[in-house]
Amino acid sequence: MSTYKHSVSLDASKCTGCTTCLKHCPTEAIRIKENRAVINAERCIDCGECVKVCPHKAKKAVMDSFQDINNFKFKIALPAPSLYEQFENLDDIDYILQGLLDIGFDDVFEVSRAAELVSAYTRNYLKTEGIQKPAINSACPAVVRLIELRFPFLKDNIVKLLPPIDIAAYLARKKAREEHPELSNDDIGVFFISPCPAKMSYVKNSPAPDERRIDAVLPISDIYFLLINAMKREKTPKPLSKTGRIGVSWAATGGEASAIFNEKYLAADGIENVTRVLDQIENGAIPNLEFAELNACTGGCVGGVLTMQNPFIARARLQTLRKYLPVSQNFLTEEELKYIPEYYFLESLPEYTPITRLSTNMAESMRMMADIQKLKEELPGYDCGSCGAPTCRAFAEDIVKGNAEKYDCLLMYKDDFKEYIKKLEGTK
Amino acid sequence: MSELLNFHFVVDGTNFTAAGNASGQLKKNLRQLNLAPETIRRASIAMYEGEINMVIHAGGGEADVNITEKEIEIILTDNGPGISDISKAMQEGYSTAPENIRSLGFGAGMGLPNMKRYSDQMTIESELGKGTKITMKINI
Repeated sequence: MSTYKHSVSLDASKCTGCTTCLKHCPTEAIRIKENRAVINAERCIDCGECVKVCPHKAKKAVMDSFQDINNFKFKIALPAPSLYEQFENLDDIDYILQGLLDIGFDDVFEVSRAAELVSAYTRNYLKTEGIQKPAINSACPAVVRLIELRFPFLKDNIVKLLPPIDIAAYLARKKAREEHPELSNDDIGVFFISPCPAKMSYVKNSPAPDERRIDAVLPISDIYFLLINAMKREKTPKPLSKTGRIGVSWAATGGEASAIFNEKYLAADGIENVTRVLDQIENGAIPNLEFAELNACTGGCVGGVLTMQNPFIARARLQTLRKYLPVSQNFLTEEELKYIPEYYFLESLPEYTPITRLSTNMAESMRMMADIQKLKEELPGYDCGSCGAPTCRAFAEDIVKGNAEKYDCLLMYKDDFKEYIKKLEGTK
Repeated sequence: MSELLNFHFVVDGTNFTAAGNASGQLKKNLRQLNLAPETIRRASIAMYEGEINMVIHAGGGEADVNITEKEIEIILTDNGPGISDISKAMQEGYSTAPENIRSLGFGAGMGLPNMKRYSDQMTIESELGKGTKITMKINI
């Protein structure tokens, strides 16, 4: 039974049952049943690959709505650093932050500020004795879930620090209550502006304590259109941004890793590459590695499916944005660096869920595996997907598990079909 | 024994980038059998090291994995040059890998020692000029 709440779903009226998403799903979570894609909730990691590739726009991310801000007295926007690269010819982040105030938010707290603090603590964390190396970043929820489902042995490698969005929510709430003591915690609405559905799932599935609660997750793609209208105004924005290079660079792959100030790091993106790197780490094939920054999307968060711009263009813009920024604008005092405060701790590390197991009983699993191997030999091996499974191997598994039948494979019977049709034509 | 499962893998010795494919596939299969994560890890590392060794030294080979409810047996067979001094080869850090292989990050002299470490039993049969057969057993 899966109780995981997903934010990738299907608009059945648009789905034609083509096999595009089936072929791209990195966890083989999709099957086509009765000409519609069906997502297996246990296997889905909300990476958004299917949303990206669907030619009919039938896969979508279920996100919160901007209207939700009206439910709160005091509304705070938490823009992801990947929001900043969506705009052309922009060299000053303040225009975006001013824009967020102009569209209706009462305050803005940049996630990149929290990212600089997380980077500072990560540098300390890496010096902790006895931690598993390489340490793996906790910021990409799709990667964390991939580890949870497929790489149980690496779960202790995940940095036990909360991702910047949680810290940003905590600091934003704290600031609001200090500046407006009349507000209760429930008067304050915290809105994360997200590049991807995975962050949405993260927020929904690991409900944070009240002091760092995120009330809604809004897609960058929605906020973008509101912002470009608001940002047209010819006025000089207030100096709102308090982020340096480190913080904004978290938007793209390599940003977080280079902030550890240690050359023994690896930064990889794209879910297929990430899987390969995790395999290598698990095999012990990458010695002397301190830190691995792994991001599910190509280019990092700027490649998220809810962004507007191609990740490579976004990256080029990041270089412009970074140019005149100081290295960092958020620092920890000597005192603060002595220990990592409790509200930074990533408490619940993912439990291993053996989703791919055939049965809970080993003898039974072995019998099933033997059947799968035998069946696979009989199948044509085209991996065409017309049966509804991504590969012949996956199809064989489905049959043995009782979720499909052999006759769903048309190609296995293609010679019989040919004979049959010839006969039919002959009788005409 | 009736409950015996076999996997057969051909390790391509001409393609370095494919090294690791067999252990990757084995790992997937073992996950499906619902084995303990630690057992899966040990078996796949032992297999991975063996696979890399066959690519580096023997121009590839074959791997047979036999699984019962009690153990995983991995048999690696190649027609390579053979190991001239097995006890030396078992020493950590001892490697006969050529320079071009080392420059790729392999040949650190940890292959055989790791295979022994991650398996519960390992035997090596090797004949110079004929080839090598390594049998590893991992208890479940």
